[in-house]
Amino acid sequence: MKVGIGLPNTVPARDGGTLLDWARRAEAAGLATLAVLDRLRYDSVDPFIALTAAAAVTERIGLATMIAIGPLRSPGVLAKQAQSVHEVSGGRFTLGLGIGARHDDYAAAGVDPSTRGAALSTQLAALRADGESSMDILVGGSSGSALARMARYADGYAHGGGPPRAFASAATKARAAWYDHGRSGQPVLWGQGYLAVSDPDRGRDYLSDYYAFTGPFADKIAAGALTSVRAIKDYIRGYADAGCDELILFPTTLDVADIDRLAEAI
Amino acid sequence: MDVSILGAGPAGLYLAILLRKAGHTVTVHERNAPDATFGWGVVFSEETLGALRDADPPTHLEITDSFARWSTIDIRHRGQVVRSTGHSFTAIARRHLLAILQARAIELGADLRFGSEVDEPPDADLRVAADGANSRTRQRHFRAKVSTQGGKYVWFGTDLVLDAFTFAFRETEFGLFQAHAYPFDEHTSTWIVECAEPVWRRAGLDTASEQESIAFCERLFADDLAGATLRSNRSLWLDFPLVRCGSWHRGNLVLLGDAAHTAHFSIGSGTKLAMEDAIALANSLARTPSLEAALTDYELERQPAVERFQQAAAESAAYFGRTANYTSFEPVQFAVNLLTRSGRVTHANLAQRDPRLVRRVDSWIAGRAIAPPPVFAPFKEFANRLVAEVSTPDEAAARAVDGYGLVLTGPVGVTGQDSLPLEAWAGIDAPLGVRLTHFGARGAEPIAASAVPYGPGAPVPVELTDLDEVRQAFADHAARAAEAGFALLELDMAEGHLLAGFLSPLTNRRTDEWGDRHKFPLSVLDAVRAAFPRTLSVRLTVTDWSPGGTTIADGIAFARRLHAHGTDLVHVRAGHTTPDFRPDYRRGYLTTLSDRVRNEAGIPTLVGGYLTTLDEVNTVVAAGRADLCVLTEAP
Repeated sequence: MKVGIGLPNTVPARDGGTLLDWARRAEAAGLATLAVLDRLRYDSVDPFIALTAAAAVTERIGLATMIAIGPLRSPGVLAKQAQSVHEVSGGRFTLGLGIGARHDDYAAAGVDPSTRGAALSTQLAALRADGESSMDILVGGSSGSALARMARYADGYAHGGGPPRAFASAATKARAAWYDHGRSGQPVLWGQGYLAVSDPDRGRDYLSDYYAFTGPFADKIAAGALTSVRAIKDYIRGYADAGCDELILFPTTLDVADIDRLAEAI
Repeated sequence: MDVSILGAGPAGLYLAILLRKAGHTVTVHERNAPDATFGWGVVFSEETLGALRDADPPTHLEITDSFARWSTIDIRHRGQVVRSTGHSFTAIARRHLLAILQARAIELGADLRFGSEVDEPPDADLRVAADGANSRTRQRHFRAKVSTQGGKYVWFGTDLVLDAFTFAFRETEFGLFQAHAYPFDEHTSTWIVECAEPVWRRAGLDTASEQESIAFCERLFADDLAGATLRSNRSLWLDFPLVRCGSWHRGNLVLLGDAAHTAHFSIGSGTKLAMEDAIALANSLARTPSLEAALTDYELERQPAVERFQQAAAESAAYFGRTANYTSFEPVQFAVNLLTRSGRVTHANLAQRDPRLVRRVDSWIAGRAIAPPPVFAPFKEFANRLVAEVSTPDEAAARAVDGYGLVLTGPVGVTGQDSLPLEAWAGIDAPLGVRLTHFGARGAEPIAASAVPYGPGAPVPVELTDLDEVRQAFADHAARAAEAGFALLELDMAEGHLLAGFLSPLTNRRTDEWGDRHKFPLSVLDAVRAAFPRTLSVRLTVTDWSPGGTTIADGIAFARRLHAHGTDLVHVRAGHTTPDFRPDYRRGYLTTLSDRVRNEAGIPTLVGGYLTTLDEVNTVVAAGRADLCVLTEAP
């Protein structure tokens, strides 16, 4: 299993150099991938722009959206952005897509959220119609429709986070969907979690705020943040045992020490 | 910390005990009197008793001093009793359990206030709502989904002392009734009667008085009761409320036991889950620095466990809703089907608990006394129950060497496009089934029942006009398959291909005679049946799993017609009629559909649905849910 780290593109109080510095350090620490989240109505940097900047200051590390909310962009714009990151990074990009969970993001984009599943299918069909691209595509989401969409169009599955047991259960469903669609081999499986080693309280406060729209679930997500090297090691082992191919741990603060804590745990 | 608890049931009282031991101040509010109790006996598992022993040894000792313990399940059906041993149950009178917990809570200094009419736990540092499935606190402060699970049921006691957990089934002119019964002390047993709502209504029980209901049930189960009587304790016919609640805490208010979640009584785990909740909450409070973090921790620990039980309970309740499908099963298979209903007990588990029963069912399936497990019992001309689906002839040969009883080829298109020709599969040394298809809207040159594209960006298919030509192509291929010696032919009415497209209202919008959606697929079936003398399977989309598409009932009705038209086997599939269907993927996600087709349409079935172990296949076959299974290689 490969282990990557998130770029703090949705962690507030960044400055102009934060993401560049983070990207350089993550590559220097030997991590496999830099991944980004996508939110419109939150203090954040656009995922494709953040990855483009990261691509410019790195050479080897993989780049991924985990996930980007596809339907916030038109199919043509999404394909152009994704292909652009893939090209300028020298083919290092993996496009993870989902429908997101926030209606205010859809309102801000002027997109009707009630047809967002169908809209994502249309985007995926368009991306797949372009047979030229070598970019891997992942699809996230926990519903049966999302898993069917993943198996029909994508190369793998982007899980939404949680304890290894939850990942294992989702992985079984993703494999069942894959087989049901007559796909050969197995779907590539990506997992994720949150790091808050250097400043657990601030990390949890960020998660409670970032996920406030989920109501009571924000506390559970915040409680799941990994606050020690030991906890990271257990999490990594749990995910590896559950068949995860690539695990991304997202930062919850701008403290670069968490990059080293993660590298230490691998 | 000052704690107020609403509800003096097992959850509330046990939490009071544990929190007093941790030094908290505890007040319990209960609307009823201390000796008012509903229902009769409650069931525990060994696992729960272990947790109780660790949490509070004195109550554990008192409970285990007075409970009933047994290891046998009796299944009574059509005058026969199948007895299964090796299980482990314990039960106790609910009244007695509450008396033990009340005494212990008082001994430890909890303030128990009976007859206290409050709608929610009064102000305190921590407020706990343990006020049952109809919790008013939950209704006020939480968003829960409450629905009815299973049929109508009524909870009686009886002075018949059983020596086994007993399931008794009675077929009547109104429909099927079942009793779930178990002993809980040396004098008394619980006797729950359940039936489907329409059966209950037809029997006039909707208007019957309590005494009339008792008399009806006593007459119904007279043979099983052997002269004993049924006793009422405010025993009214009930609907079981399934409670699911996304979050169990808010601020300093937390839900416990039935107030937070329920699971159908037929897996007997309500009291178990409630007391385990109390233990988990007390532990979270002890090990977590803040109240908020403790309540989150409690929820994170308990929710996955509760969800597993709710899933098993849903399977069990659904089984008892369709038991009438199985009344003509051989008694031993009827028993194995019942015992494996919730998915928690498999053929392998049962073989450990009760090897004699498993030997009996294995022998019955194989038709000989010394028998292999069900997967290795022959079915028709096939050596075993395992099916492989392959995409190349080399793979087919390899799977045959592996030992699969049947190898299904990839689709062979009868119009000669988009696939290997039939002859590419001939001459392989394997028990081979050939799938004949027409790709319809999914073909390279799409032709379909109507001009409905297969998903966004897909080309619009041409409406099929020359139906006779297509039917003839299927018949010609069937004749060539017969000639080439294939053991089985599978006619493709699934995967959104041409014939599946005719069957669904989503994709067949024709106004000519072929708008009768069964007509063309059945006419092709007739032509293929006439040309192929050996086993004929139809790969069928039983339901579209899409709004406006075919339902399970539609699929079962069509399967009956397939049977009448000479089909030997239905390969159960679902979805894919349009790409945006709504499946519920998990292990064995097609098994219940297969069960219903097999036992409602009365035709053998082949099913996949991500079965990855021989144990799963043994269980499916032993329980009569399918006859052949696609075994999928899992990493």
